[in-house]
Amino acid sequence: MDCHLLIDFGSTYTKVLAVDLETETVLGRAQSVTTVDSNIMIGLRNALDILFQEHPEMDESSISRKIASSSAAGGLRMIAIGLVRELTLEAARRAALGAGAKIVGSYAHELDEESLQEIEANPCDLIMLSGGTDGGNKEVILHNAQALAELKKDVTILVAGNRVVRSKIKQILQNAGKQVVVTENVMPEVNEINVEPARAAIRDIFMERIVKAKGLDGAQTYVGNIVMPTPMASLRAAQLLAEGTEDEAGLGDLLIVEIGGATTNIHSVGYGYPRDGHVVLKGLPEPLAKRTVEGDLGIRYNAHTIYDLAKQSLRDNLSALNYPLDLSTVEHITQEMGVNVGYVPDDDAAYLLDTALAKTAVQVAVERHAGILREVPGLEDLIPVQYGKDLTHIKVVIGTGGVFHYGRYPARILAGVLYEAHNPSSLKPKNPDFYVDQGYVLYGAGLLAGIHPTKALRILKKNLHQL
Amino acid sequence: MAEIDKKTIVLGTIGSDAHMIGIWVIRKALEAAGFKVIFLGAVVPQEEFINAAIESNAGAILVSSLYGMGPIDCEGMRQKCIESGLSDVLLYVGGCLVAPAEVAKKWQVVHDQFIQMGFSRVFPNDTLPEDIIKALNQDLRIAE
Repeated sequence: MDCHLLIDFGSTYTKVLAVDLETETVLGRAQSVTTVDSNIMIGLRNALDILFQEHPEMDESSISRKIASSSAAGGLRMIAIGLVRELTLEAARRAALGAGAKIVGSYAHELDEESLQEIEANPCDLIMLSGGTDGGNKEVILHNAQALAELKKDVTILVAGNRVVRSKIKQILQNAGKQVVVTENVMPEVNEINVEPARAAIRDIFMERIVKAKGLDGAQTYVGNIVMPTPMASLRAAQLLAEGTEDEAGLGDLLIVEIGGATTNIHSVGYGYPRDGHVVLKGLPEPLAKRTVEGDLGIRYNAHTIYDLAKQSLRDNLSALNYPLDLSTVEHITQEMGVNVGYVPDDDAAYLLDTALAKTAVQVAVERHAGILREVPGLEDLIPVQYGKDLTHIKVVIGTGGVFHYGRYPARILAGVLYEAHNPSSLKPKNPDFYVDQGYVLYGAGLLAGIHPTKALRILKKNLHQL
Repeated sequence: MAEIDKKTIVLGTIGSDAHMIGIWVIRKALEAAGFKVIFLGAVVPQEEFINAAIESNAGAILVSSLYGMGPIDCEGMRQKCIESGLSDVLLYVGGCLVAPAEVAKKWQVVHDQFIQMGFSRVFPNDTLPEDIIKALNQDLRIAE
């Protein structure tokens, strides 16, 4: 046995996953409430006690290696600043999301007094400053650096903008006593995206500074460094699963739907170029592995937002499930869920409501993630123009998160990803197969991917359960 | 940033459009009026216009589109100029910007659409070269 312990210090639960690299199987998993306010190790100890109780064949001495990620204490909260909203700001946002961050603020063009006050008051862990192509506009990023230098709060600033003024900006911020990290421009040329150096820098900052600032470093003597934010691990696993390794084939382009109490996250892997040669592709190039986070679509904290936002879809989904109660009752229940976020359904009507809420969240989240196709009049014909990724061809759709495990109707939730004839401009998957991440191994495979990609991939594949 | 060279103009046909005659006529007229023309020819992507303007410190970018795909090809060009440090560059567009039947019906709508996109001036396909020169002289404050 070669037991690796993969740990996620989550926002609510600390999860442990024990895998055997020799047999490439999951040995066991357990979870306990995260204890970041007292000592992060208490929650981990509790989770390990449960694991060892349920699996007496394992104990502390059987673990050969531990790897941990975290989304505890608010996760990695970032503010993104760029010049043009659709260009450098969008590039900065993609870099942050791909690094597993939660974006708590976005600002384009010059920061004004009001924006600065917002930033000052917004509890964030990292500010990313971009703007201008290399050799392009430098006035705005310089202005914004001067503005950030005035901030009273102690926050690290990652500079990923116009190369020409990089050292000047570093100086401005350092002179003001700020922690500064400088990396390559997220957009060195117009329409050329360069997010990898920024993602790597964010990960380093997370490991070296933010973990400590959040009081998670108490775990380091036991687990070593907390190597990345958990969502970054999930995105890595998604990419590994799609692309495969030299020794183990991947599954090709895929979509992963992650439903939580506070957010719904969508990961897609694949370039999503137009399927038809007549279609004109517009907009910023899409990253191969793309993550979007919908902070308004969690099925507990935001259950009522889902009700408000997509009443018609929710109503359709409920009636398709023959849900017995009326909509005003649903309104009341969703309000209750926002208060009692630990709520678990206890009868079939409650399971049906959870299914409809989750499906509605997926519908909206995938629509925001997927590309769109619209027709523009040309000289003679209408010309089809695509923005974003075409996901219509995707064959593999995977669900992960609690509702796929305790819920009774996982396939009906995943049906929310499907292309809809009445909304043909949204390029959602047309005929995919549905899977569930049965052993919650996604983040673990992402953590393992850095050292044993093929083994991580095989474990991940074995734990996908086709619906 | 270097001072712009008011007498240098970048000129080309945008997107997948291969029409050359119109810009060739404009080129000759501009040169005769004393402008230096950076002539990019046809089938020119947005980025190439912008890069040519950066390299030459041009005072204006003149975009031609004659095959009805003007809105698609020109969308986002001003934003890219801003990122590239050309926030204030003069941006003209002209030609058969949308399908001819549409132009006849609603030139004002087409005109306003391109102004919305950040173009400084929008010209219909029956514009004479001297009108363009007049506009350039006025916008660049060149004494005639």
